[in-house]
Amino acid sequence: MNPLKWIKRREAYVRQREQWMQDLMTAGQVEEGRRKFMKMAALAAGAAAGASFVPHSFTLVDVVNANTQVGQQPFTFAYISDSHLYEKTLNERFVRQLERAVADVNALDPQPDFILYGGDLAQLGQPSELKLGQQILKELKAPVKMMVGEHDWFFDLGDLWKEMFGAPYYSFDHKGTHFVTLMSVNEKDFWTAKKLTPMQRMQIVAGLDDGRQSRFEVGEEEREWLRRDLAKVPKTTPLVVFSHSPLYKYYRDWNFWTEDAEPIQALLHPFKSVTVIHGHTHQVLTNRIGNIHFHGMLSTAWPWPYAPTGLPRLTVQMNRPDPFNQTEGMGDGAITVNKSGYVDMRYDMWNRNPLIVSERYLASNGTQDAPPKTTLPSY
Amino acid sequence: MKKKDWLKISVLGVCLIAAMTFFRVAHAQQQALPKHPPVKSDGKNLIVQLCDGQTNIEVPGVDPNGRLTAEQAQAVSHQLMSMWMAKADKATADAWMKEANVATESNASQDAPKEKKPVARQGTGRTDKAVSEKKESKQLVDFSARDYSIWDKELAKEIDYGNQIFHSDQLIGSTNGIACAMCHPNGANTHPETYPKFQLQLKRVALLRDMINWCIENPARGTRLAADDPKMRALEAYIMAQRKGTAMQPGKH
Repeated sequence: MNPLKWIKRREAYVRQREQWMQDLMTAGQVEEGRRKFMKMAALAAGAAAGASFVPHSFTLVDVVNANTQVGQQPFTFAYISDSHLYEKTLNERFVRQLERAVADVNALDPQPDFILYGGDLAQLGQPSELKLGQQILKELKAPVKMMVGEHDWFFDLGDLWKEMFGAPYYSFDHKGTHFVTLMSVNEKDFWTAKKLTPMQRMQIVAGLDDGRQSRFEVGEEEREWLRRDLAKVPKTTPLVVFSHSPLYKYYRDWNFWTEDAEPIQALLHPFKSVTVIHGHTHQVLTNRIGNIHFHGMLSTAWPWPYAPTGLPRLTVQMNRPDPFNQTEGMGDGAITVNKSGYVDMRYDMWNRNPLIVSERYLASNGTQDAPPKTTLPSY
Repeated sequence: MKKKDWLKISVLGVCLIAAMTFFRVAHAQQQALPKHPPVKSDGKNLIVQLCDGQTNIEVPGVDPNGRLTAEQAQAVSHQLMSMWMAKADKATADAWMKEANVATESNASQDAPKEKKPVARQGTGRTDKAVSEKKESKQLVDFSARDYSIWDKELAKEIDYGNQIFHSDQLIGSTNGIACAMCHPNGANTHPETYPKFQLQLKRVALLRDMINWCIENPARGTRLAADDPKMRALEAYIMAQRKGTAMQPGKH
């Protein structure tokens, strides 16, 4: 898996598009003056030559900040999320895309300290899907921290996932930062009364806009565990929380939502710096609530539209994906934990320039270091 | 006499009887029309009489031999009717009101919660512009509540079928497990209001159905649908229903 291959593919796509345009003009199918045509051809040639395209896999990552006097040592971890694997015989594309993300992350130099897998490894929680995913993730060079998503969970309510990857929620410390991985996609029982089969239950949860399911929640038991876990941690220690669903209320209809977000935020507010990294939303998504910074991860399977009801104020939308390009709006990325404990979130979108949502942008409430503006908003 | 002559006589007889009956009925009808006594004007103003022959109204400022403008005539007729309503017995007045209201309501029911305009007018015995402006006349339609209910239900069925196809990889004929709703929950980012528009990749101006077929063939690896395929029609119905009220913007990219 050579990342160069993908860049070549992108260049081929740009060249192909240009060829189509020229063919149409030559055939007289498109009304366009000759002078305009020459100008456009020149522009397109420039673009094809890679003038505006930076291959992200070779972007140098500023892992160690210039300022390393006090506080903690900055470090970087990578993420891959939401691969939604079917069996390879049914859908090879999703498999190839996860492999592509693995190749991207393996190509990072220097290597990240670890890799977060953000959940939804499988599409329908099938053993064959989970095992296929596990096998692909084994190719990663750096250690992997696993998180569970609803697509992994609701076929057997987590039995196999737990057997394969361990506890669905846990905490660990790394270079002075306290990390917590939550299982945030519990749902109130909607299946027993309706006598649904495991597959029916799974299918309902897998439907993003399927209103028959319940809302995601961490739940009382796990909240109590979180309270006890955090009680041991000094309030000045930087805190990074992983959750599959966003730990705030963004859009209820698609479960871009955690029902008990407020009590969880209340547990996080006493800390000096808190960052939540979440999956599930398949898009560039940014929010800040008091001392908590929130970042959504990209998917390797498909991008999701932004919620029709509006966005968190600090979110700069990623451009609407081009449907004719099958890996648009997808990707992986890397997260640098700075000296302050807050992070710079990097989105390595396939076929696009990398996009960084920095700590400075969030800390300044959007007045400084804003990411490039959206040119093709979701509608 | 021969058989033929009998026939002639009897045909003639039937004709005669028919003719007599016709003239008698016509005559009787002519007789039945009430004769209204002419209304005498004092020479200054025109006096108009209602067809009941009893209700009269004097139009100030109009010469007895002059003509009313359309506006004046409308006001006069409203005024005469409300005077008649005030005099008429309750059953007759109610029957008339009911008829007038039905005509207004069946028009109004097309665009739901509109304020109902009162049909009855209070007579003041004088004509003025304010009275003529009160009534907003509407044309009668032949659609009943049943019509509206059938339209709604039939459309809902079509949209619901589209909804099922949109959410099922099997109904859409996908060969790789991908359904429309996986990338387009609730039809989001399908923007049917932006078609037709030129798509370079299709090398022509694309309609919504071209893009539906593109998604079926490419991401979902299925077989394209004919433009009039029941599934295509239902998908279009579902997708468009999700964008109800959105302004049309053909050509928007």
